[in-house]
Amino acid sequence: MKLNQKRRVFLKGSVAASTVGLAVGAGLLTPATVLAAWNESAFHAKSVDEAIKAAAGAPVTEPSDKITIKAPDIAENGAVVPVSVVADMDGVDSITLLVEKNATPLSAIFHLPKGTLPDVSTRVKMGKTGDVIAVVKAGGKLYSARKGVKVTIGGCGG
Amino acid sequence: MAKTIKIRAKVKDGITTVKSLITHPMETGLRKNKKTGELIPAHFIQEVIVKHNGKEVINCEWGGSISKNPYLAFKFKGGKKDDTIELSWKDNKGQSDSVTAKIR
Repeated sequence: MKLNQKRRVFLKGSVAASTVGLAVGAGLLTPATVLAAWNESAFHAKSVDEAIKAAAGAPVTEPSDKITIKAPDIAENGAVVPVSVVADMDGVDSITLLVEKNATPLSAIFHLPKGTLPDVSTRVKMGKTGDVIAVVKAGGKLYSARKGVKVTIGGCGG
Repeated sequence: MAKTIKIRAKVKDGITTVKSLITHPMETGLRKNKKTGELIPAHFIQEVIVKHNGKEVINCEWGGSISKNPYLAFKFKGGKKDDTIELSWKDNKGQSDSVTAKIR
């Protein structure tokens, strides 16, 4: 999304917020600080490679069979696709979840401090049939795995 | 507030499993209102942090492609019964919420 469009959306959002009685000043100030911490370029990347590069630092990943993605083979409803990622390796710093065929493939980045097991579950939206990709960063290296999910009803767009 | 989050943490054999549900519309900003044809503004959670006794155990960055009313489950080592678990989220409009619970 271009900056201008984003600004539009953002302005609309704050107008809506003010009508429900929130202070306009607060509505305008806080989103900026939120956006600063959030990896904006990665989440707006249009291709899988770009997104991985922006999220994890490098576009190159090594396929690994130690990563297990649990997701349904056929998702009846693309708006809610349960996905679990389990990595059988040590020193995992982060798990990045991407949906290949979405307009912006990056779905989530999970930062895992020491002591947290590389085992996360969530639910994602999928626009159409395609792969779910998990990128695991462990010991400074990137590993990836993918799993195909067939979507019968898309989850993006009404 | 704290009405938007449901969280449950359970410890077994030294590993704590945390499961949580957050009530949130998670609009991508790409969807159109069917009647007016206008885009529905993006409104989704960008950041979720879970702390165990004040120490961060997971830090998530989310995009709009996480499902509506997001679900998050993960596991960590070192939790004990009655320890405090705190989950907080922030969305792209600057709204936020947090809740604390005890490990069972």
